[in-house]
Amino acid sequence: MEIPSSWYLFLLPEISLTILLFAIQVYSRMLPNDRQRNVGLMTAWGAFIILMITLGLWWYADIPNANAPLEESLIWGGMLRNDMITLVFRVIFLTALMTTCLVSLDTPWLQKIEYFALLITATMGFSLMAASSDLIMLYIGLEMASISSYILAGFYKADDRSAEAGMKYFVYGAFATAVMLFGMSYIYGIFGSTNIYILGLIVQNPTLQSSMTAAGFSFQDFTAVNLVAVVMIVVGFGFKISAVPFHWWAPDTYEGAPTAFTAFVSTASKAAGFAIFLRVFTAGVFGAPTSVTANQEPWWALLVVICIITMTLGNLSAIFQKNIKRMLAYSSVAQAGYALIGLIIFTQAGYGASMFYLLMYAFTNIAAFGVIIIVSNVSQSDQMEDLYGLNRRSPYLALVMMVALLSLGGIPPTAGFLGKFFLFKAAVDAGYWWLALIGILNAFVALYYYLTVIKYMYLYRSDAEAIEIPVSRAAIMGLGITTLVVIILGVYAGPAYEWTLQAAASFMTLAGG
Amino acid sequence: MESEFNGLLTLLTFFPLVGVLILLLWRGVSDTQIKWTAIITSAVTLVISVVVLASFRAGDPGLQMVDRAAWIPSWGISYYMGIDGISILMVLLTTIISLLAIISSWSAIETQVKQYYIFMLLLQVGMMGVFLAQDMFLFYVFWEFTLIPMYFLIGIWGGGRRVYAAIKFFLYTMAGSLLMLLAILYMGLQTDPITFAIPDLVAQRATFAGVQNLLFIGFFVAFAIKVPIFPFHSWLPDAHTEAPTAGSVILAGILLKMGTYGLIRFNLPLFPQASADFAPYIAVLAIIGIIYGAIVAFAQQDVKKLVAYSSISHLGFVVLGIFSLTAAGVQGGILQGFNHGISSGALFFIVGILYEQRHTREMKEYGGIWKVMPVFSVLTLIIVLSSMGLPGLNGFVGEFTILLGSMGAATFAPAWIYTAFAVTGVILAAVYLLWMFQRVFLGPVTVEANNKLRDINTRDLFVMCVFLLFVFWVGIAPSGFFNLMDTSVTTLLADMNVPELAQRVATFALLGQ
Repeated sequence: MEIPSSWYLFLLPEISLTILLFAIQVYSRMLPNDRQRNVGLMTAWGAFIILMITLGLWWYADIPNANAPLEESLIWGGMLRNDMITLVFRVIFLTALMTTCLVSLDTPWLQKIEYFALLITATMGFSLMAASSDLIMLYIGLEMASISSYILAGFYKADDRSAEAGMKYFVYGAFATAVMLFGMSYIYGIFGSTNIYILGLIVQNPTLQSSMTAAGFSFQDFTAVNLVAVVMIVVGFGFKISAVPFHWWAPDTYEGAPTAFTAFVSTASKAAGFAIFLRVFTAGVFGAPTSVTANQEPWWALLVVICIITMTLGNLSAIFQKNIKRMLAYSSVAQAGYALIGLIIFTQAGYGASMFYLLMYAFTNIAAFGVIIIVSNVSQSDQMEDLYGLNRRSPYLALVMMVALLSLGGIPPTAGFLGKFFLFKAAVDAGYWWLALIGILNAFVALYYYLTVIKYMYLYRSDAEAIEIPVSRAAIMGLGITTLVVIILGVYAGPAYEWTLQAAASFMTLAGG
Repeated sequence: MESEFNGLLTLLTFFPLVGVLILLLWRGVSDTQIKWTAIITSAVTLVISVVVLASFRAGDPGLQMVDRAAWIPSWGISYYMGIDGISILMVLLTTIISLLAIISSWSAIETQVKQYYIFMLLLQVGMMGVFLAQDMFLFYVFWEFTLIPMYFLIGIWGGGRRVYAAIKFFLYTMAGSLLMLLAILYMGLQTDPITFAIPDLVAQRATFAGVQNLLFIGFFVAFAIKVPIFPFHSWLPDAHTEAPTAGSVILAGILLKMGTYGLIRFNLPLFPQASADFAPYIAVLAIIGIIYGAIVAFAQQDVKKLVAYSSISHLGFVVLGIFSLTAAGVQGGILQGFNHGISSGALFFIVGILYEQRHTREMKEYGGIWKVMPVFSVLTLIIVLSSMGLPGLNGFVGEFTILLGSMGAATFAPAWIYTAFAVTGVILAAVYLLWMFQRVFLGPVTVEANNKLRDINTRDLFVMCVFLLFVFWVGIAPSGFFNLMDTSVTTLLADMNVPELAQRVATFALLGQ
């Protein structure tokens, strides 16, 4: 069979990432040991160029084509789907990769080729996860990303906490993905297919029940097995997005892992988790994915409960944290809860809002972690006290952190406000005003601990005020880009939101209107 | 949606950002240069607001000088600025008080001068936006945005318990706003096509008339906290007392008026029936506030706290006027809001002048100031008399009109009882203000340090003279001020179209002629 060139073009970002991966290996060999920092710079530039390629393909070559029918958009034997969703998530991953590299450059012991190479392979994994339309492909992408992530979490071998972080992440992750795989095998066992869109068509076939009964199977049994499979698969997905009760790894891993990687895992990895979560559930693998019918499915209540306790528990735990990384870990648990609202209401506006939220969250969180990296390079710890009086030591760092925290807290004129607004609006629109109310109350609780950090930075004094905080040009770039985007998305979110909303249309392919 | 762009109001709102940018980019700027930059920026803004006043057509009840453009089209959110008789006085108050506050900070602020003026200018942008925004979403953005600079003004340059006061201020206000956000979301959703523009929503208010009581409460709580209406007032004494002088001036002068303005702009036209139904209860709260504020003010030993509690009392009048739902009451409410901005702003400024020299606000530390600072004392006496409502000065005009409106209120049964209780507030105001004046300014000089006090300097004299100009202007020739808002207020009330109000409004209009 003739393979169309657009299939290759679709994979161009991943292919380019592979080329970049080899290029930095060669480049690293050519550099003397004390100048390995340039490898990171090259990775950042590479990520930027690939981002431009990705956007250019969309802009000039219509890849992905937003209007292509499902048959045309499923490529490489139904393994991947060439649609706008993939594009949105690729943009999230590539910007996360770029900015993560930029903020990594100030940490001397991260300037190793392995670190940047693993970031690239993880990004490839994320990208494939987001594009996959087949459970097998999804699993391969996920493992590719996960294995890189486990190593990165334990990258700082000299530090016990980093080793602990890597080990915990690995053990927990391996277990969760194994459970997920087992759930997937149930799905395959019942229907004999692993393509999520074929599965969706089978499950939503109105004659399914009668034909099963006619063939001598009990439909009740089928529903029960289906439910078991959903629960198992949710374990794996929930682990990826650190939803309660699969979030236990997050605080320890976030705290122990190199901070730059924490920034990466809390944004890109979470977004990838959401990508597969959204894809599998909206394809209707477990039942009809519309706002009218979804809440009659037995698993819907499960998702709602996960969403609500994720928001609430994340926020309540974050209040009591003394370590800034742990606090942001719990905060990111809560943020996953907000983004879940967009999924469980099962409307296009909801998916669009969810993706917009992840997009802005990537920029926001990397800005926040970037500041923490720079400050803790000086203070050699990441306790809240390090941030005392930051405004007097370095007003611009304090400003970046403030913008990031206000965005996380959802205060205008930052992107976080619009992100929450879109989500809550979508929820109210779909008739789930109580969900929006819970979200709003949570946003209020969250404000307390974000404000506390702002308080430390602006209102407290510290003994270390005289100690300079050096900031490299790369870090200025990274923080500058992220902060600017957070503010631009907060003031003029129209185009970006329309874009994610347009992408969300691809989720609706099988929703039946 | 038709686009329209005059640009004048946009310029008025965002002009202070020019000053912010200059301050941010100007390297090696000296403190004096910073102060002048801020003063000039604010002065130009004042000039722009005078231009707006000059081109304002008082006879036109609709929105004027409209700037309107799509912002987030898919959800009908627009950038929509406009001015009418309800907001014009508040806009002028904002530019006047902001300039005076910036001038009055000249010698009071010694640390982090640059940031201080940046926050002052940002605050001005936020406040102006609140009074000019005609799209609920835009309004909410500005409304929330004002919290951020104010939080820092209190938290960094405030008094001893500044951190506590700043957080309390932020969280208290935020808690109310979130309910408003939910109400905004709900209302936006009911309209077809989706819109957040206030005039469009007013035109379509029948669509959410069924739940207007709940929506009314959503908005009311947000505004009641801001005003503050008893029993939502507990943040105010802390915030006022701990804020730096200019912060208190702005807080009392403008920020509180955002609450009363919101009640007139949103609650009355959007939920007319609910407004009429709730009016008597809110009036009772307002009257409790009047009397309670006065009594507590009387018990204070701290001059600034006394002025703070007097604000609760005075704002009670404003709310009483608004919810009398008569033309006189609402107009009196708006004018009294303006008056309170002038008088209370001046009182806080007076306390600031004393505090700057003596570093105490305890009344027992003063006494016999008249002998040492004669000019200052005379000016203070006029302000005190204006605050307690002496005929010929501004406070009298406002309070008299409000009480007139309250007497004619159709929903207060019987109206004279409400009015009688409110009138006691006027007497109590005389008691605590004169008592304060006597203890601080009259009698012999009891504390040795007070003999060394310098009389008012030229800069402060200028600020006081501007305050006094308006004290006399409103007091002697208020008709110009009433003319500005007359048409808008009458139209608003006639448009409320509530049966039980109609008759009394008509007879009252007849009386007025």
